[in-house]
Amino acid sequence: MSSSRFIITVIGIDKVGIVAGITQVMAQHKVNIVDISQTIMDDLFTMIMLARITDEDFDLAAFQKAISEKGQELGVEVKVQHEDAFRFMHRI
Amino acid sequence: MLIHPEEILETIKMVSNENLDIRTVTMGISLRGCSHPDIDEMNENIYNRIMYYAGDLVRTTNDIENLYGIPIINKRISVTPIAIVAESCEATDLTSVAQTLDRAAEDAGVDFIGGFSALVQKGMTPGDLKLINSIPRALASTSKVCSSVNVATTKAGINMNAVALMGRIIKETAEMTKDNGGIGCAKLVVFANAPEDNPFMAGAFHGIGEPDCVINVGVSGPGVVNSALRSLEDPTLGDISECIKKTAFKITRMGEMVGKEAARRLHAQFGVLDLSLAPTPAIGDSVASILESMGLESCGTHGTTAALALLNDAVKKGGAMASSSVGGLSGAFIPVSEDEGMIRAVQRGSLSLDKLEAMTSVCSVGLDMIAVPGDTPSSTLAAIIADEMAIGMINRKTTAVRVIPAPDTKVGDMVEFGGLLGSAPVMPVHKFSSEQFISRTGRIPAPIHSLTN
Repeated sequence: MSSSRFIITVIGIDKVGIVAGITQVMAQHKVNIVDISQTIMDDLFTMIMLARITDEDFDLAAFQKAISEKGQELGVEVKVQHEDAFRFMHRI
Repeated sequence: MLIHPEEILETIKMVSNENLDIRTVTMGISLRGCSHPDIDEMNENIYNRIMYYAGDLVRTTNDIENLYGIPIINKRISVTPIAIVAESCEATDLTSVAQTLDRAAEDAGVDFIGGFSALVQKGMTPGDLKLINSIPRALASTSKVCSSVNVATTKAGINMNAVALMGRIIKETAEMTKDNGGIGCAKLVVFANAPEDNPFMAGAFHGIGEPDCVINVGVSGPGVVNSALRSLEDPTLGDISECIKKTAFKITRMGEMVGKEAARRLHAQFGVLDLSLAPTPAIGDSVASILESMGLESCGTHGTTAALALLNDAVKKGGAMASSSVGGLSGAFIPVSEDEGMIRAVQRGSLSLDKLEAMTSVCSVGLDMIAVPGDTPSSTLAAIIADEMAIGMINRKTTAVRVIPAPDTKVGDMVEFGGLLGSAPVMPVHKFSSEQFISRTGRIPAPIHSLTN
C-alpha cells in the first residue's frame, strides 16, 4: 500500500441528491476529494472520485459501512477501494 | 485523474459481473521442527506452530479484501509433507495427525489445510507407508484436511508400487466416505512432478525447499477471459491469444498486489503467484465455455486439445510478463465437477475420459474431479493414474489425478459434493482389465530427454 488515496465509485439510477448524500458521509469521516468525474454510462449515473484520507485514526471498515448504507438509501451502489487496486492492474 | 474512469469501471465489472477473484491466499508453514517420537507431543507441536503463524491469516486477508474491494474466496494453509514430519514417530497410525491439522484449520478459520502428503516417486520410507495407509481414515474423520502423494517425477520415473497402492487407497477412501458420495477422494490427489509451492487444493503442500513461512496466492478468472474473448469481433487465433495474454496480465497484477500486501502484514515471505484459470460451478466461470467461445460446438470435440493449448500458453505468457513471482501450477484447470461447461459437455456426450486425458498433456494439471462408477476395480484406477503420470513424466510437467469412484453409482448418475467442489456426472471407464500390468511391481525408469520424436 503506497498511499492513503482511495477510489470511490457510485453507480446507479440518477436522482436528486446523490452527490450531496455521498459527499456528506465523506465529510463526516474527514475524507477529502482530490478529483471527481461524473458521467452517464448505459443510462446509469456513474461518479468516480479520487479521495484522500486526512484523519490519522481513519477507520476504513466504518467508512465503507456508512457510505454503503447511504448508497442503499439513495438506491445506488457505492464502492470504496484503495487506488492501488486500479493502479496495479492498469499501470506498469 | 491518474487512472482513467473507463479502467476503473473495467476493474469493477471484472469483479462484479465476471467473477474475478483472488481464489486463495495460502500460507505455507514448515513443520520440520515439530517431529517427536511420541505422537501426542508431535501433534501438540504441530497445532501450536500452525496457530502461531496462521492465527491472524483470516483477519488479515479479510482486511485486504476490504481495502482493495477484490474478493478473496479462500484462506488456506499448507504444511510440510506429514510423512517427513512423522518419520521418527513411533505410532503406526497417523490419523490423529490429520485430526490435529483439522482442528488447527478450524481454529484458524481457514477453508482447507493441505500437506497430509508423501513424496514417494522413487521409493517409500516406513514414514511414507504409514502416512499412505492412514489416508482413508484421515480423510473420513476430518473435513478440511487435503492429502496428496507424489508418485512420479521426470528425474525418477514412476513408482508403480505406489501407483498400485494409491489405486487401493482411493477405493478405500471412497468406501469410508460413501455416505457423502465418496467425498474423501475429492480431497486426495496423486501427482507427477508435484510443485512445492502450489497454493491450490487439494494438492497444496509446503515443499522441503521452502522457507519457514510463506504466502502463496492463487488468482483465477475464467469468467473474465471468457467475457474478453466474447467481446472480440471475428478474431483470428492470434487475436484470441493476444486478448487472453492481456487479460491474464491484468489478473496477475492484481494477485501480486494482494500477495505482497498479505505477506508484508503477516511477516511472511511472499512466495509465488499462481495464475490458474480455476473454474467454479458459477454460470460463466467456466474453462469449457472459453474453449467453446473460440469456436468449438461443445468442449471435448475434435480441436479441443488445440484450443486448450492456445489458452494455457497465452495465460502463462501474460502471467509471466506481469509478475516475476509466477509459480505453482499456473495454467488452465479442467476439473469436471467444478465447471458447469464441462458437466454439460459430459452430459451431452462430447467429453470423455480419454479426451480429458489428451487435454491434460497441454494444460495445467490433470484428470481432476472426475467421478467414475463405484465398482471400478482398484487396478483400473491405478492404471488411470499410471497413464496420467506417464504424460507428466515424459512432458516434464505436473500432472495429477483426483478421481472419485463414487460408491453405489453407475454411469450417468450425478454425485453432489457441494460448494466449490460442485457436482460430478459419473463417467464410463474402459471395461478391459489392466490388472496384470498394475500387479507387476517396480518402477518405470526415468525417460531419456534426447532423441525427442
